[in-house]
Amino acid sequence: MKILVLIGNVPDTTTKVKFNADKTAFDANGVQWIINPWDELALTRALELKETADSCIESIVVANVGRVETESTLRKALAVGADEAIRVDADPKDAFYVASQLAQVAIGFDLIFAGIEASDYNGAAVGGMLAELLAIQSVSAVSGIQLENGSLKINREIDGGSQTLAMNLPLLAIVQKGIAKEPRIPAMRGIMMARSKKLTVATPIEVEPLTSILSFELPAPKASCKLVAEDQAKELIRLLHEEAKVL
Amino acid sequence: MSVLLYTENWDGKFKKVSFELASYAAKLAAEMGVSISAISLGPVEEEELTKLGNYGIPVVLSASCSNYTSLDNQAIAHAVASAAQQIGATVVILAQSNLGKAIAPRLSVKLKAGMVSGVQGLPVSLNPFTVKKMVFTGKAFANISIQTAIKVITLAPNSFGVFENPVKLTIGKFDAGLSDTDFTTRIESTNKVTGKVLLTDADIVVSAGRGLKAPENWGPIEELAALLGAGIACSRPVSDEGWRSHNEHVGQTGKIISPNLYFAFGISGAIQHLGGVSASKCIVAINKDKDAPIFEAADYGIVGDVFKVLPQLIEAVKESKS
Amino acid sequence: MNFEFTEEQLMIQQAARDYAQRELIKDVLERDAKAEFPADHIRNIAGLGFMGMMVDPKYDGSGMDTISYVLAMEELSKIDASVSVIVSVNNSLVCYGLEKFGTEEQKQKYLRPLASGKKIGAFLLSEPEAGSDATSQRTLAEDKGDYYLVNGTKNWITNANSASTYILIAQTHPDKKHKGINALIVDKDTPGISLGPHEDKMGMRSSDTHSVMFTDVKIPKANRIGDDGFGFKFAMQALEAGRIGIASQALGLASGALERSIAYSKERKAFGTIIANHQSVAFKLAEMAVKVENARNLCLKAAWLKDNHLSFGIASAMAKQYAADIAMEVTTEAVQIHGGYGYVKEYHVERLMREAKLTQIYEGTSEIQKIVISRDLLK
Repeated sequence: MKILVLIGNVPDTTTKVKFNADKTAFDANGVQWIINPWDELALTRALELKETADSCIESIVVANVGRVETESTLRKALAVGADEAIRVDADPKDAFYVASQLAQVAIGFDLIFAGIEASDYNGAAVGGMLAELLAIQSVSAVSGIQLENGSLKINREIDGGSQTLAMNLPLLAIVQKGIAKEPRIPAMRGIMMARSKKLTVATPIEVEPLTSILSFELPAPKASCKLVAEDQAKELIRLLHEEAKVL
Repeated sequence: MSVLLYTENWDGKFKKVSFELASYAAKLAAEMGVSISAISLGPVEEEELTKLGNYGIPVVLSASCSNYTSLDNQAIAHAVASAAQQIGATVVILAQSNLGKAIAPRLSVKLKAGMVSGVQGLPVSLNPFTVKKMVFTGKAFANISIQTAIKVITLAPNSFGVFENPVKLTIGKFDAGLSDTDFTTRIESTNKVTGKVLLTDADIVVSAGRGLKAPENWGPIEELAALLGAGIACSRPVSDEGWRSHNEHVGQTGKIISPNLYFAFGISGAIQHLGGVSASKCIVAINKDKDAPIFEAADYGIVGDVFKVLPQLIEAVKESKS
Repeated sequence: MNFEFTEEQLMIQQAARDYAQRELIKDVLERDAKAEFPADHIRNIAGLGFMGMMVDPKYDGSGMDTISYVLAMEELSKIDASVSVIVSVNNSLVCYGLEKFGTEEQKQKYLRPLASGKKIGAFLLSEPEAGSDATSQRTLAEDKGDYYLVNGTKNWITNANSASTYILIAQTHPDKKHKGINALIVDKDTPGISLGPHEDKMGMRSSDTHSVMFTDVKIPKANRIGDDGFGFKFAMQALEAGRIGIASQALGLASGALERSIAYSKERKAFGTIIANHQSVAFKLAEMAVKVENARNLCLKAAWLKDNHLSFGIASAMAKQYAADIAMEVTTEAVQIHGGYGYVKEYHVERLMREAKLTQIYEGTSEIQKIVISRDLLK
């Protein structure tokens, strides 16, 4: 079977977020780009599945929508062990636009992994949209996935607990934390091999985005913290009751 | 023209988030001057459905088929989409919950509707239809306009509030025309968290970090949470160490929550942690290091030893309750 | 001129940073306190390719360039110089010399397990009576026909206990002075080799340093590197390469201390504002940053020369002397910026300062580097 992992190219999680002067665009100056953390965990789990003894996984493909500068993010995915990469050569305009582009290249996969959201626009949409465009089943909030003798066991979180599911293929799994412990650090051998792995550049199709970002705002600066002495827990509770009115 | 809201239920019961959603939908429909309906999928007793009327919902379409309890993404998306088409909905509202996040994008494609998740409060403008949402995991907000005739949004929890507004409720039967074979999600087992408040549903969250030093020190945290009816959360190092389940991890790569009150015990407040909690209405930090960044984000704070402060807080809460 | 790193170089830098900041940081304080060898970490980073970074992949190395090596050493050293010295000795003293001068059989037998990190190497040059003066070797390797009979003591040997393979520098023809010296590959478990006690060091406490005693140790002739009497030249060439490793280590100690100082200055408040707003602190940071940048450029220049097969001995001496000296200065200032917190272990900078001191001493003291540099100027 073949696995596809969707890869988002996002600013490093420690980035100080800035916008252009009229607050209409993210200021990418000096930003370091990384694989979206959830996508990286998804890829890690896909690699683990492939490496298990009775694995029936032939290949793991990673795909994104982005310009040429996002290829280093894809090559990082190749360096940790993905077999090939596909980049749809376009600026990601909105989730529907991205999902529509990915739908063109997400053909012939039994299992597709998407991160539950991306740490930039937190849209939580591309995975579900892609599943609908491909008319395949999806499971969201997936925190565990096992392949046993070709059958798929999924752990998902529901509001108020967790469930184990038996699912058929093809399937799009929208994964969250817990799916894998920690992302992998690429070994140098992997970094070298990434150079020679196949990276296909696909031409985008014509799609109109459905939404557009008009402007950004930074959160209002917080008033300074009101400190209470260590032995004044009672006073703190009073303040929460009477001043903040949150108790 | 109409507003449709999808009210999730858990074992046939609505939770606070459903009533917040109802309050929100009622207000939005009033502002837009359009009618409003709710859709409920799965077995929910009439008495429970009637509660939606308290929050301004005049019509609920109920499909009581028990197949829906498998939370099958394709089937639920299909059912909500057909309800939307049936009533001619122009805005479809879901909760920003695990299920809402799974269904909304599928609806977006089905209805050719632009979608925005995690919307904060009412639209900034109705024409163009523009909503505000958190981006960069709490570090900024974006105003996003939806260009399509139909709009799909999920509402960030605690971003609107619950408002009573009793109206007479009519319950209509709904059949999405699905057969058993359309439900392909097979549940093998369910592990319900019982007796605990859901983290994403909690008004108050009590959270602790590495400052608690060891997993066996969580007793007072659990006690305080029980007293306050609060959810329990933790920082990333704590879940990475396996001291607490990753279900409790809040932060940039864990759960993103927005309770009314967030207690942070022994959490230094790394930027990744703040990303997951900065939308909380009130943050209280207890940390021995007065320079810990959590105090920059906090509204109230105690610089001190968590092991000294915790028992006192527990006492103070008990006292205030009696 | 091109100051840009390649994508691979950046990926290796990131990999080293991720490992250091995610894994090494977890137990570095504990290993420092207990002087515990980081065996698990060495196994892990060997798996990532860090133990034979520049060795040809046909000998199980990673085939990377020296620039990548500098970047990786800096990142590892920011967190844990004990780990990075193990990496440095294995890469630039042991693997480098074996790959450059060893026979095919020696490479197959000894280089492969060292380059893959399955085994660790040590470089035995210093003696009780001769630290940096490599010309006067008292350890004897008597020519006994088809083997050498070795007697003597080597001091301050990094990896002495954890290594399986030694590169031993010893005197065969005392009358020929340094031209009589040989370099021998020695299996550590050869009969007649014994270790002195674990040295209780000021810093880099989790690398294992011992003296090594040789009593009638028989080393096959086939284990000699190069022709008879090549040992001194061999040692000098290995040290030239080794200096890049230690210079990068010193760089990492300095830049690690700088990073911690910047973060601390932005958090710590005094007189109603963060201390970074006090010019006395801000200027210190600026001065530290310039030193770190200079050291980095010297390290990268030496690495670039080596990668381009140009003479790099003087450049690596400059890098080593400068980086080690500023590492001492920058880490000392870092402790000062941290005030009382800087003097306690939890804040790491006191450890960086203790570790920086060693970079001025081992693999050629700062004074020795100045001899190398000045001799070249005045020749």
